[in-house]
Amino acid sequence: MRSLEVLDPGRYALVEDLGRPGYAHLGVAPSGALDAASLRLANRLAGNPEDAAGVEALLGGLSVRFTSAVTAAVTGPAVDVRVDGRPAGSHAPLAVRAGQTLALGTPSTGLRCYLAVSGGIAVEPVLGSRSRDVLSGIGPPPLRAGDVLPLGEPGIPTGADVMVSVRAPGELVVPVTLGPRDDWIDDPAGGLSAGWTVTAESNRVGLRLDGTPLRRAVDGELPSEGVVTGAIQVPPSGLPVVFLADHPTTGGYPVAAVVKTAALSALAQARPGTRIRFRPS
Amino acid sequence: MRWRRCGEDAALLDCDSLEQMRAAHATVLAARPPGVVDLVPGARSLLVVGGVAAVRALLEDADLAHPPADEPREVTLDVRYDGEDLALIAADAGVSPDAVVSMHTEAGYTVAFTGFAPGFGYLTGLPRPLRQPRLESPRTRVPAGSVGLAGEFTGVYPRESPGGWRLLGHTSATLFDPHADPPALFAPGDRVRFRSVR
Repeated sequence: MRSLEVLDPGRYALVEDLGRPGYAHLGVAPSGALDAASLRLANRLAGNPEDAAGVEALLGGLSVRFTSAVTAAVTGPAVDVRVDGRPAGSHAPLAVRAGQTLALGTPSTGLRCYLAVSGGIAVEPVLGSRSRDVLSGIGPPPLRAGDVLPLGEPGIPTGADVMVSVRAPGELVVPVTLGPRDDWIDDPAGGLSAGWTVTAESNRVGLRLDGTPLRRAVDGELPSEGVVTGAIQVPPSGLPVVFLADHPTTGGYPVAAVVKTAALSALAQARPGTRIRFRPS
Repeated sequence: MRWRRCGEDAALLDCDSLEQMRAAHATVLAARPPGVVDLVPGARSLLVVGGVAAVRALLEDADLAHPPADEPREVTLDVRYDGEDLALIAADAGVSPDAVVSMHTEAGYTVAFTGFAPGFGYLTGLPRPLRQPRLESPRTRVPAGSVGLAGEFTGVYPRESPGGWRLLGHTSATLFDPHADPPALFAPGDRVRFRSVR
């Protein structure tokens, strides 16, 4: 069987694909790779369909060995990649022989690196997806040293040879659409446009932001309602939380605005300390 | 009813009541317009993800006073009424603990919406004396299968988690199993009854 052995998961490594939409009415989050664009790219480089499962490695650090020859690719922020200790480069298809070790260094910007392997990680899907949902505990558990993950049947790598890696900036301008509950917030456009800072309490559930608290225009409790990925929820503290892929499916605090889908990948790479300005439209 | 924008491909329908939300939900479920990815009922709202234009058009012409009749699933749960807060619930309702059990088991419930955790259903139909506030200080650990109540809702914790609902008892039923079909015991619209067992 083609497989991948985890030698070192690094800080925190998860199997992720493009998630499991369609189950929100049962309380199940969409989940999936936070930086979906990078996972799609890694899969294309490895000759996989874009929705194949790969490994999302927080701050790199991942080290794996293969039982057979594979095509692998690492994307996300630029990161040192080595095959049996020799520099191999990210954002390019890598031919790795059976028994060789592929190791990721630590990226100097950004948060999440993606490893795709020809055939994709073929753990048993749960509700149509191989993604780990950290809030619900659905999907394969976080990787540990010694784990052996099955790989699917490889395709034929096609397309680009090398891609230019993107530097995750320390300051982001994030386009948002106001609503659905912008009327619950005093001057929502002005308040969101002011500067925010990503805090260390952020995770796959959401980015917690620090800054000048938003003020409520409406007092009282909001009945629980459905929320989408990218929703900017305003709890009583006035400090917003931007919901990422593993968000709860309903929430009881007003959502002032929703991040445009194209901007979610950049948020997935925002380290604590990253400054954010929302640009409402 | 009022539509609210919710990002690029979703919209939130603000409803005047839970009944109106259920009528809108039943109408959309029956027609299944194309493009809808997720349909998430809330306490007074319906979130539509994908296919928003088709759903809006459908609901504009719909007679929500006479929604399509659904054929709800019926779920009966066996409960041991030995909850930590049974005495508190009885005191606040002004009745005996046995009377609380009778009230809770004689009423019929409907899953209004889900959330909080996979498989957690917010069930409406609670007799008025049992509509009681949450605990002032939530528990850090509520065991899986705990049956609780809060506000206008009763529900069952699918897995161990923190929680502030007042606890009536326990059930050994599996509320959520991602490998089962359907994965969740409760889906919006399902009818639920509780049965007291020793």
